[in-house]
This record gives sequence, C-alpha cells and structure tokens, in this order.
Amino acid sequence: MNPFTYERAAAADTAIRAASSHGAKFLGGGTNLVDLMKYGVEHPTTLVDVNHLGMDQVTPTAAGGMFVGGSVRNSDLANNPAIVRNYPLLSHALLAGASPQLRNMATTAGNLLQRTRCYYFMDTAFPACNKREPGSGCAALNGFNRIHAVLGQTDEGAASPHTCIATNPSDMNVAMYALGAVVEVQGPKGKRSIAVADFHRLPGKNPELDTNLRPDELILGVTLPPATFAKNSWYLKVRDRQSYAFALVSVAAGLEMNGGTIKSAGLALGGVAHKPWQSKEAERALAGKPANRTTFMDAANVALTGAHGYKDNAFKVEMAKQTIVRALTLAAQGVQA
Amino acid sequence: MIQEQVTPHRQKQMDHRYDAVAKVTGTAQYAAEFTGPFPAKDVTYGYVVQSTIPNGTLLSINADAAEAASGVLAVLTPFNAPKLPVPPPNPPARRNLTVLQDATVSYNGQPIAVVVALSLAQAQYAASLLTIRYKQEPAKLEFRKHLAEARSPKQPGKEPAVNHRGDTTAAFAKASVVVEGTYVTPIQNHNPMEPHSTIAWWEGEKLNLYDSTQAISGVKQSIAKLFQIPVDFVRVQCPYTGGGFGSKGSMWSHVPLAALSARVVGKPVKLVLGREQMFGPVGARPSTVNRIKLGATSDGKLVAMQHDVVMNASVLEDFTEHSAGVTKMLYKSPAVSVTEKLVEQNLGVSTFQRAPGEAPGTAVLETAMDELAIRLNMDPLQLRLINYADTDPSQDRPFTSKNLKVAYQQAAARFGWSKRPTQAGTQIEGNNLIGYGMATATYPANRSAAQAVVRILPGGRAFVGSGTQDLGTGMYTMLAQTCADSLGGLDPATVQVKLGDSTLPKAPVSGGSQSTASVCPAVQDAAAQVILKLSELVALQTASPLFGKGSSELTAKDGRLVAKNNPALADSFASIVQRNGNIPVEAMGSAEKSEGADAYTSQSFGAVFAEVAVDKDTHMVEVRRIVATYDIGTLLNDKTGTNQLEGGIVWGVSFALHEETHIDPVYGRTVNENLAEYHVPVNADIGTLDVTVLNIADTKFNPLGARGIGEIGITGAAAAVGNAIFNATGKRVREFPITPDKIMTA
Repeated sequence: MNPFTYERAAAADTAIRAASSHGAKFLGGGTNLVDLMKYGVEHPTTLVDVNHLGMDQVTPTAAGGMFVGGSVRNSDLANNPAIVRNYPLLSHALLAGASPQLRNMATTAGNLLQRTRCYYFMDTAFPACNKREPGSGCAALNGFNRIHAVLGQTDEGAASPHTCIATNPSDMNVAMYALGAVVEVQGPKGKRSIAVADFHRLPGKNPELDTNLRPDELILGVTLPPATFAKNSWYLKVRDRQSYAFALVSVAAGLEMNGGTIKSAGLALGGVAHKPWQSKEAERALAGKPANRTTFMDAANVALTGAHGYKDNAFKVEMAKQTIVRALTLAAQGVQA
Repeated sequence: MIQEQVTPHRQKQMDHRYDAVAKVTGTAQYAAEFTGPFPAKDVTYGYVVQSTIPNGTLLSINADAAEAASGVLAVLTPFNAPKLPVPPPNPPARRNLTVLQDATVSYNGQPIAVVVALSLAQAQYAASLLTIRYKQEPAKLEFRKHLAEARSPKQPGKEPAVNHRGDTTAAFAKASVVVEGTYVTPIQNHNPMEPHSTIAWWEGEKLNLYDSTQAISGVKQSIAKLFQIPVDFVRVQCPYTGGGFGSKGSMWSHVPLAALSARVVGKPVKLVLGREQMFGPVGARPSTVNRIKLGATSDGKLVAMQHDVVMNASVLEDFTEHSAGVTKMLYKSPAVSVTEKLVEQNLGVSTFQRAPGEAPGTAVLETAMDELAIRLNMDPLQLRLINYADTDPSQDRPFTSKNLKVAYQQAAARFGWSKRPTQAGTQIEGNNLIGYGMATATYPANRSAAQAVVRILPGGRAFVGSGTQDLGTGMYTMLAQTCADSLGGLDPATVQVKLGDSTLPKAPVSGGSQSTASVCPAVQDAAAQVILKLSELVALQTASPLFGKGSSELTAKDGRLVAKNNPALADSFASIVQRNGNIPVEAMGSAEKSEGADAYTSQSFGAVFAEVAVDKDTHMVEVRRIVATYDIGTLLNDKTGTNQLEGGIVWGVSFALHEETHIDPVYGRTVNENLAEYHVPVNADIGTLDVTVLNIADTKFNPLGARGIGEIGITGAAAAVGNAIFNATGKRVREFPITPDKIMTA
C-alpha cells in the first residue's frame, strides 16, 4: 500500500481546509476510492474522512423538493419513504446498482464521483490511459471496448492525448439527470450550486477530469426539485446478469402526464457516455406529444443522434433506442413497483 | 486387494458434511491460514511481480528503491535468483513453469520477480518501486484471426487429436439433411473462491509446504524434481481446498517461487495470489472454434458427423481441450470425422477446467443437434432417442452401465417437455418470450490407483486416512461414510478422518471426477484388512468370548466382531484393542481399476431441460428453471452429491450466459481480471433447480457402484439454455456466452 495519512474531519470547514493540501481526497464509503488505491490508480497523500459531518439526512426543502446529504448511504436513500413515494425513479436506479453490501457503504456524494470502469483506466499495467496518465493515449480505442462510449466521446486516435471513450458507470447519476438534481458544494470561498448536468464533464480535451468539482470542494448534498415524475417513471437497466453488473445501457425516464399527452419529460441514458447522457432534444421531442410508440421512437432516434460505436460496442446504439422506447412505454403506464 | 463385490448395499449417509461445523465456525484451516509449526512471527510474505508485455525479453530490473523500502527482505529476479539444478522439467511436473531461471517473457502477466517482505503491504508497495526494462517482440494474439495457422498438437493428451470412422464424405453426399455451423466457446478462468496460496519453509534440505492444491502427491513429486531433492524430503499439507476446478490440479510457478524465496530469506514465506493474478499464471480453459457438420436421413438417423476444432494454446505448452471428444461417442453414427488443432498464442498456459472437453463439447454439439432437430421438424428429444448409442460407438465396446434413456424420460416428465412450443417464438407472456430447451450431459467415469489406512483406536473409534484432498466436494464425508460402513456399520460421525497430508497413503489428483471412485474402494480394502487383523487378535485373546474362533467364522457389526453362526457371541472393537495393550490396530488398503476394465467404457450421462424467459426489448435472459436427471451409478451422499451436480449446472448457466475472459488484442492482457467484471451467475440468475439421480449401481465399474459426479453437472446445461433461447426467440447464437447484445443482433 502507498503511504498516506488519514484524518477524520469534525466539521465541513475543517474538512475543506484539510483537503486543500496537495493530493488530499475525501473519503466517503470507500467502495470505489479504496479499490483504486489498491490497484495503484489513485494515490491520495491524505484521506479526509467526511462520514461524521452530519451530512446523512434526507430533508424536505422550502421549494417543495428534497435535500439529500452527501453521506446518505445508497441503501438508506433508496429505501427512504419520501424518496420512494416522490422520486421512485431515483430509488429504483439506486437499487439497480452494485450489490446490497456495496449500497450499504456507498454514499450519495461518492456515487456522484464514481470513476469509470474502463479496464484500461483501472489496470496500471496498461501503458495508455489519458484519464489515468494524461497524455499517454487511449488503449481502449483499439482494445476491448464493449463497455465504452458511443456518445460525446473524444476520438482523435489512440495516440492522441485527448482521446477518451470511457463511460460513467453510475446508476444513481442517470436518475439524478432525469430529475434535474442540483449538487450543493462548499469550498474555501464558500458554497455554490451546480446543476448535475454541469457537474460531470465530457472528456473534451481533458479526459483526466471527470467533473467540474474542484479538489478542495466538498459535496454537501444534492437538491431534488419538486417531484414531477412521481406517477410516471421507470429506470430500466440492461446488463449481462440480473444483479451486480454495470449497465450495457440504462435509461431513466420520467413523464409528467396530462391524460394521454406528455406535458414534460426527463430522459437520461447510462452506459453510453463519459457522463449520464441527458438529451434535452429528446425531452423536447416528447413534450406535448401523445404517449405512443411513434413518439417514443422519435425521441429515441433524437437521443441517439450522432452516436457512433466501435468494434465491440456498436450494438449499444440500437440497444439504447430499444431500451428508451421500452422505458418510456413503461413510464407512461405508471410507476415502477 | 479386495475382492470386487457384485451387489453393493447402500452406505449409511451422513446428514451433514463431516467438516460442516469446522467450515461454518471458521476453524477449518486453509493453506494460507497456518501459523505453525514455525514461530508465527517468522512468517514473511512473498508478492509475485508480473510482466506487463506479452512477448519479449527482460533487459533489467532495478530493485534499488524496492530493496531500500521498509520491511523488504529480498527481491528475486531472473538476474539474481538461485539457479535450480536443472531446467524446469516438463512431465511429471507437467507444466512449463516460469521460475526466474531466464529472462524470457512469453505472456502478459507472467511471473518475473518476487518481493519478500515482513508484510504483504510492504511487499506490494516495494513491487511498485521496481524499474523494469524490456525488449519487446511482436506478440501472437487474436487467435481467431489466425485459424488457418492451426497445427496439430505435439502431445494430444488423453485422446488422439484425429479420429475417423466410416466415410464421411460419401455419407454426407447421401444425407437427406445436412446442418453445418461454427460454434465458439470463450476462454474461461477457474476462479475458485480460495486463491492459490502456499506457505513454504525449509528444515535443512527438507521442504515443507502448506499448499492449496488438488494434488498433494503431484506437488510433492513436481517440486522434488524441480529442486532435485529426494521426494521423501518434501511434505505437502492441505487439509482443505477452497475450490480448484482444475486450476489447482497442477503445480504452478508460485509454489516453487515460494520455496525459492524461503530458501533465500531463510524463513517461512507465505505467497497468496491476488484475484487479478489468477488470470494467466494458473491456467485457463482455452477458447474453441468448432466447425460442426451433421448429416441425417429424413427420419432423423445420423449418417455422418464432422467436428473440426481449433483452439488457442500458449507458446509455452500445448494443451488440447478435447471438445470434439463427445462427438465421437455420444450418438450412433456410422461415419464420424474429428480433428483438433491449436494456434499458439502469447498467453498463459491452458489447462483442465471442470469437464475439460465435455463442457465445451456438449455446449457446441448439443446446439448443433438442436439445429438438426429444428431442420427435421422433429422433437429434439426424439432425435436423441433415434440416435441413441447402446454401446460406445467410439471404441466399439459395451458400457459397464448406461441408462440414459431412463434419465431422458424421467427428466422430460418432471419438466413437462410435452408442453414444449414446437414453433420458436410463439410462447409469449407480456414482454417475455418463453422457451424450452434440452441437451444431453456426459462425462467419463475415471478411476486410478489409491491407498488408504484404517485404524481402530483405543475405545473402539475408527480412524481413516488417505493422501487425497477435499475441495469442498465432500471427500471427508465420503471417507467417514465408507470407513464406517466397511467396518460393519459404525456411526460415520464418530470416525476420525485425515486427508490432505503427503505423509498419508498416496491417492490420486482430485480431478477427472475420480476421487470417490478411486479412494473409497481403497478404504473398503483397508477396513477389510483391519477386520481380519482384529479377528486374528481376538482368536488369541483368552478373555474374549470369541477366543479360538477362526477369522472366517467372524463378521463385523455395529463396532463389534460377531460370530456368524451365533450372533450372541460377540466382542467389541474397544475390548479387543484394550486387550492388545491399547495399541491401535491398523491396516493399509489399496485399490485400482479392476482387471478387464478395458473391455468396457464407463461413462455417466444425464438429461438437462431448461426454461428461459427472454425480454423482447432488453434481450436479457432469465433462466426460470432447470430440470436434470443423471445416470451416475449409486449416489453415496445425497446432500454433497446433489450439491455438486447443482453447482455444475450453475456453472453451465454461467457458460451459457455470462462467463468469458476478455484478452486485450494489443497487449495480450486480461482486461476483466476481477469478479466485478468477470461475470459468473448471481443468485438472481438461477431459477429453480430440480436435480435427480437414477441411483442405478454400476458394479462393473467399482464395488461401490458409484461413478464420479464432480464434473458432469456443467455438461449439457449450456446447450440446454441456448436451445431454450432459440425456442423462445427463434434466434440462434452460436457464440458463448449468449449476452443480450448477441441476441439482439442475431
């Protein structure tokens, strides 16, 4: 194990101060960070334990939404009665992720920061990964890329310092996008709110950066806007086995219905891009339309506009479309049990 | 040698595993858990450093920083490691090992150094400080792009790589129906729960090992030969093995590396492979590409079968996965042609994995048979019955016992096969397409020479010992039951059992589903010898009611010797031993294949039926239920036996739907080298399992009437699931595993 120091923070501001030292990282459930430390991918000099800052509450907001503390465990959030009732999409996305053991440890903030499962990122024996070693290239491009991105990726060739076709592996994040969540953070200069869609990044020319969070900023929690999809939503995850597998493709679909007509929609895809892929165009394409197969197929085609795959993952384009149609069909029928 | 009995009787079964309490309370000690007889504080930790290139030469390893790191005792590399007396041998060591004797790198992940430190964390950290320089060479990878370069194996192994009977060309020309296809099975890694682990320590020239293995005597022989020390200088202990599935059937490089390290640091060295280190250095099932052609008459009689398989092999060593083997013997076809070829790759060595040959062989052949049945518009079960082989067509000799027809009937009835939708894609429940599929399971019954010792201890308890292994399979239970039974009906729970120590009488590798069939007859022999010794003793014991009786007049019953003609005349084992000065009475026993065994084929069979639901939008498969009936002779213990068969079926589902080792095409490194990304079924993937056995004794095979059951469960199951997917969807996926994307694009 690489040498590192550990400190348990007692308050948010002391945690943030501690994290301002070079190479420090916050420790939540540790279900991803600790693994990556063992693999030699992450080398924090200091771990600042933020599990004891009182950020483990789920509370109503004045605006009629909910605030989810950063260290609320995935299991607790998924089973919180108010979440189950008003944000079933989020509850189901959480329960579709990982295993019960992991969900019991993993936190809301940690899940937002979950790193890619790209094989080439996770194994330091591969010499090329722009995300792990900026400028080293991308081994996934000509490698085994079944789990990789078909939307929003940077592909300038395997040797380019910009290329990255990694995907965000989270299920929770996909629902957060469809729900329009806002990430509340605090840094040395104070607090700020970041719409979740602006929280994660596409690789662009800096694939080493997953998010727009600064290293010394602490995620206090997530604000959910007032529920609009409580009656019609579905999280549908296609995976290689029934549990404990990352999504090949997943879809978070929320519909605000007015009789048989869609008033508004939230639609995000997992497993296809460097961040959950929210298609505003597809959401617009759904709004005001009758909830039928034609509408859903149109939305699916819009959502996948510009998608292109590789040797092993080209199937994701068609699979994503079929999954969108199915998820929207189910959402229109009601709410996931 | 015991006289082979004709009529077996049923042993009293243990209700629970002999080792159940030790396992669930955590007192069962696995190889890496031992803390003595050496002082526990003396244990040091070895960490294997692996290559990160697939082919080339090591130019240098700079260990200055590693050696200076805290806790580090030694860094062994090809440039400083002690030279072994002779180059690493092939047989009997079998495997081409990489033990720091030269600088060649043949695959990505090959052991190239060992760091020994006072703790595992210190060893791992020091390993990260090594500076390693290579001269890289182009690597042989992506074998499926090089099928044309395939060659015949240098050493075909247990079966010839080429086999023909009849004239297939002429027969295909006359066939009414011909189906032809290419069927692919992937590379699979064994991934036993317990990683490979060794503790090695030297006492002078004598080497001691705790080693997680399927073959203590194999490890003993191999390492003695490698270090050029007398075999008797080596002791290998392994009281429990946490699964092996073939990957612990050979001694791999980490064992001699632990011994070499222990010699260098002069202390016990514990070396445990990490999960990611088990993808390459300890073997894998190779990928097979099977070209299968079946010809039949219009009423379904096979007239010709052709099966040509090409698989990957390591540049280090040939290993042939005999996936074409089942094609030679499963059905009665007058003409059969089989070839097996290899393509060399810069990958770790291929090896035995649960039902080597039969697992992929049944997966592909039984899929092709399903295609033939569909083409003939015939019930797939009917096609099997039409081509049923009463005798072994590959060797033209009878089976010692074959009741597959009964198994087909029983499983079909339990499953409800008569309700099978005859048209694919027609049984629909909401968004689910429902399908039924079936396949034949088969695995040979193997048997090797084995020895055992049985002892009557003071107080009358029995002890049985044999240098066999328990991989979680139930060997302790088998030995306790067989010893108790053979001594005339003791309570098996009172028998003391010892195994997994090379100082015990020799037993074969726990592989090929042979341990029960091999070792239990030796226990029977030893027990018979002990009874004879007790009889001889008691005849001289004046205080005994049996004084003066001849041994032929006595029999053992319920812990006593009893006069056959007068059951009131009896004496307990305890009394006889007490009069013997409380010196235990012991005897060695042995058993091997009966003479005349070569006149028969001994083979197990089974029928596997599966029901699946395939989501028409997500293409995810749910295996709702599997019903299987096996013809495996007598089942000695229902609990351990059914558990083995069920475990095999679960692995068959894994074969069908989940499991594949993905090799990077450029670097030759396994990309999914952990259990999050290397998929095996989770509980939610397994529906109802209904496993039954016919329990028809095969006494021509051995006196127990029991054939091995360790491997047959995995066979047939993959094809049954795949055939059910076809029945559900009308889509035929010929490449395992059958993942949602393959169904979608089929």
